[in-house]
Amino acid sequence: MSTVRPGITQSGIERADIAFEVNGAAVSVSVPPVRRLSQVLRDELRLTGTKVGCDAGDCGACTVLVDGNPVCACLVPAASVSGATITTVEGLASGRLSALQASFLEHGAAQCGICTPGLLVAATALLERNPTPSEAETQDALGGVLCRCTGYRKIIAAVMDASRHMYGVDHRLPEVGRAVGASPIRLDGVPKVTGDEKFGGDSFPADALAVLVVRSPHYYARFSFGDLTAWAGSRPGIAGVFTAADIPGHNCFGVIGPFADQPALADGFARFRGEAVALVAGEREAILDLDLTDFPIAWTELPHVLQPCEARADGASLIHQHRPANLLTSGFVERGDPDAALGSAAVTVSGAIETSFVEHAYIEPEAGFAYRDGEMLVIVACTQAPYMDRDDTAKVLGLAVDKVRIVPTATGGGFGSKLDVSLQPLIGLVAMKTGRAAALAYTRNESMMSTTKRHPAEMKATIGADAEGRVTGMVFEGDFNTGAYASWGPTVANRVPVHASGPYLTPNYRATGYAIHTNGPIAGAFRGFGVPQATIMQETLYDELAGKLGMDRLDFRLNNCLRNGSETVTGQRLESGVGIGECLESLRPHWSRALAEAEAFNAVNGASKRGVGVASCWYGCGNTSLPNPSTIKVGISGSGEVILHQGAVDIGQGSNTVITQICADALGLPLDKFRLESADTAISPDAGKTSASRQTFVTGKAAEKAGRSLREQILRFANVSGNATIALDGPSISIREGDATRRIDLSTLKADAGGLVFVAEETYDPPTQPLDAKGQGKPYAVYGYGAQIAELEVDLKLGTVKLIKITAAHDVGKAINPVLVEGQIEGGIAQGIGMALMEEYIPGRTENLHDYLIPTIGDVPPIEHILVEVPDPEGPFGAKGLGEHVLIPTAPAILNAIRHATGVLVTKVPATPSRILAAIREKEARR
Amino acid sequence: MIRYAKPTTVDEALALLGEDRWRILSGGTDFYPAQGAKPFRDNILDVNGLVELRGIAEAEERWRIGARTTWTDIVRHPLPAAFDGLKAAAREVGSVQIQNVATVAGNLCNASPAADGVPALLVLDADVELRSAMATRHLPLGDFILGNRRTALQPGEMVTAILVPKRSAAGMSAFVKLGARRYLVISIAMAAARLVVDDGVVADAAIAVGACSAVARRLAGVEAALRGQPVTAALADTVLSAHIDELSPIADVRGSAEYRKHAAREIVARAVRAAIGLGESKVAA
Repeated sequence: MSTVRPGITQSGIERADIAFEVNGAAVSVSVPPVRRLSQVLRDELRLTGTKVGCDAGDCGACTVLVDGNPVCACLVPAASVSGATITTVEGLASGRLSALQASFLEHGAAQCGICTPGLLVAATALLERNPTPSEAETQDALGGVLCRCTGYRKIIAAVMDASRHMYGVDHRLPEVGRAVGASPIRLDGVPKVTGDEKFGGDSFPADALAVLVVRSPHYYARFSFGDLTAWAGSRPGIAGVFTAADIPGHNCFGVIGPFADQPALADGFARFRGEAVALVAGEREAILDLDLTDFPIAWTELPHVLQPCEARADGASLIHQHRPANLLTSGFVERGDPDAALGSAAVTVSGAIETSFVEHAYIEPEAGFAYRDGEMLVIVACTQAPYMDRDDTAKVLGLAVDKVRIVPTATGGGFGSKLDVSLQPLIGLVAMKTGRAAALAYTRNESMMSTTKRHPAEMKATIGADAEGRVTGMVFEGDFNTGAYASWGPTVANRVPVHASGPYLTPNYRATGYAIHTNGPIAGAFRGFGVPQATIMQETLYDELAGKLGMDRLDFRLNNCLRNGSETVTGQRLESGVGIGECLESLRPHWSRALAEAEAFNAVNGASKRGVGVASCWYGCGNTSLPNPSTIKVGISGSGEVILHQGAVDIGQGSNTVITQICADALGLPLDKFRLESADTAISPDAGKTSASRQTFVTGKAAEKAGRSLREQILRFANVSGNATIALDGPSISIREGDATRRIDLSTLKADAGGLVFVAEETYDPPTQPLDAKGQGKPYAVYGYGAQIAELEVDLKLGTVKLIKITAAHDVGKAINPVLVEGQIEGGIAQGIGMALMEEYIPGRTENLHDYLIPTIGDVPPIEHILVEVPDPEGPFGAKGLGEHVLIPTAPAILNAIRHATGVLVTKVPATPSRILAAIREKEARR
Repeated sequence: MIRYAKPTTVDEALALLGEDRWRILSGGTDFYPAQGAKPFRDNILDVNGLVELRGIAEAEERWRIGARTTWTDIVRHPLPAAFDGLKAAAREVGSVQIQNVATVAGNLCNASPAADGVPALLVLDADVELRSAMATRHLPLGDFILGNRRTALQPGEMVTAILVPKRSAAGMSAFVKLGARRYLVISIAMAAARLVVDDGVVADAAIAVGACSAVARRLAGVEAALRGQPVTAALADTVLSAHIDELSPIADVRGSAEYRKHAAREIVARAVRAAIGLGESKVAA
């Protein structure tokens, strides 16, 4: 292996010494003068608080102050900061957190935390010149920083309110036994506002090999390699090139074992644009200067299909030979006699809706590094599912699962896409083959091209009701474009038929969902698994039905919603905990007000019209009719700490905090005694994947059981009854019952290998039953419910939509942490807004964050949340899942509001100005 | 090895431009996104050391905007009302972070059909000053940008200033941007309008539309229709019925050609209304 000549890159630009000041300290670096400032800060100065989300000025995550002015560090040449003064997020706190940082924590303005540094830096510049900015001033100042988690409303509040947080942070720690229902600030919050949090790309070893991925530029192509050895050998600093031929195990992974079909590196055929075909590993500087244009690979393009209709057509070539008609799988639910019910219905409505690929657009592209630790392969990367990563990586690399260790870093958003492995087997392969650490951070472009998307859907449905306005039957059919590989396509095909009725009593029902392969990007898991798409179909038809019946749209929904004792379309009898009626009821005053305001506005305005829409959701928490266990281990250390092995990966949603709150109250000890161990597969038991709105419910229940079990052990040890209270006091535990107190010196007890003197481990697996051939059974143990109202204004001349307000009522059973619940609601709504109005991923065309648009801080209106708490008998402290529910009603509520305003339903989302105006003009032409 | 140079005088820069082929690095906001993760293979002339090219100066005959003047500089510099449209456009170029470093000349040289700065400069009858070691020449902005990503820059030349004649720095102006979200958005279409009003009548009108043709265009038919009209809200109707044949919009991810054609006329009407103080200048979904 050759090395780079010192001081000079291979064929690039001569280095220069550049001196400047960062956060008050004088520094000097020797780099090529055109090196991006973001790279200089992160790689040379190890100031990794400055994040790289796009390298194009599209996301603002790398915002720093240069001489007091906010700039995107990814667009600033190192030479330009010679002699300048730079402030990064690491420089905002001086001894203690700045008022703005404190305000962010107290408002819950940071979720995953990846955009937080950019926001804090940009807001600091604003507050310097204007300590009490208005909402509009705040939005103007922060319009250049994208956030995908929070929905921005808490960020706006935190910035406007910063001046009131001059005196440190109130962590709002609750009293013992009162953690559930309180809103302590997130337990992992402080590093998110100081820049100390380590995400996937923030802790690369300095001597790690850098890895480049060679990807297919074609939708479908055969390929062969030339002389890779000669190519690599003639380039200084290149350690090796690796292809499918180098993979020691089974080159086939997938989140659902029986459907696994995806090679880590394509073998002879690439089935979608962006598929990985080879890896080049080398010294960092050599890789930065590596030109792949002469990489020895020969492509033969093959005819491709991008639309399900083409893929299903007779004679279409098969993307996977063993899947006829390019059908991955289908899901089916049937109950009663839907055809007869629709035939005899007093009114029926039919429609069709089409949706687009939606990109998760977390601000953290996939990143991580791998290294050998003796016999063990260690992978340190962002993820939503460490144990699944471990198993798939071990399979591809031909290792036993106990020889692979997954160490999750903080994860800068996931929303479903970081459930599938991405770079784990790739960096693992390089580390295995070279014996050196191997590091890789995807570019925004390759993250968008190569990772999963929300399934585009082509749906049609008919719904009928009787003259009294009771829904009597529904038939639904949907094609879901699942792209080139299976991923979570089967889950979407199965979940959609179970949920396409919405939370409404539908006695006669048939729903079919097809997952169809194309050469499009892989469609997988994205917040809601197809249910958001199906709900657009159902809820827009409900508005039409209410209109035909002459009923108020909210009344019509209340007339039909599920109640305790109702049976779902899968024949599951819901005995209790059904909160959709309460959600809709709680919207009533808002509905009346909104309708009256819209009517008043429309009476005096012609060029723009206001509209109000409502839609509901229900969503089963956890896997559909499949085992879905979580295990939680918690113990007391000899030094008197509660050690919680919190294996439910926190991707920003707050599981680190919520699971601890549940465990704390079950155990009867205060939050500040808890220390969290991460979801590292070598340390913590498997708490399952962060997916399917399952962590609060399933892992929460395991945490509750483990907490109670640990408490019982301690009480048994002290020989006291369940009425006793326990307290930790330094390295001792005191147990009090009545007037008697017993003190146990923990240091005298025998500790296990993990240093724990008391330890409990409990598993919870939700009770479900399989679905039969007609989709009848008990697919979920717990459902959550919600309903939202959208108020908006449509510019009739331009087709633009101005959102005025969203009112969201969600039945969460029990809000374990109300501020975090609000954060989930606002963030889900923001993603629903994006899906409804602007997000459309087109392979080959929108593979960046300026052609693919997600909402900015100016696109999310005020949100009023109504937390409904109808306890679930199964969930911990009555809690239900929430994460996905919150996004489901938003898009249909918006489409219904647009129709209310304009009289036209846009049948393809996103409802862009262009599509809305076309629909308006078409209607005018029909007159 | 490739060359990198950061001259400190324009003469030095022009001498370098005369002796080799260079890619010019100015604000960097188009340079780096175009580079992506690829290695550098072109000689790079970093003009960020050319202090004399940054800033706005008023001379007898014209306003001179140095090539390296940033959009934030434009926003902050006191200028006559005729520049209000340019200032409004400046606030819509990317984000605050972009406006703090992106330069006016960079926006022109990048020659994107959706460059927010171009329509607002077209209605100011801006000229582009091009210099080489041999010569200085001036081109009307409309002759400088030749097409999508194409300009009239010759080898050895660089843009050194944008010049606005005093006679055109008259009247009131406005800029309307149409995008699919509120901030940080590539325009679906945008319009700039500058009206000179004399005694309640439109004495002169300059109208331009961007993102509806390969290069932003002035709308001669609309301008002609507006001249001589009384200044009332009915000016918008004049726009809506005026003849437009300069636009040839394409369909892309941001909107259909049909939509652009329709929307362009509508936002021109709004820009005219805004220029006479009757409307809002931001349209976002």
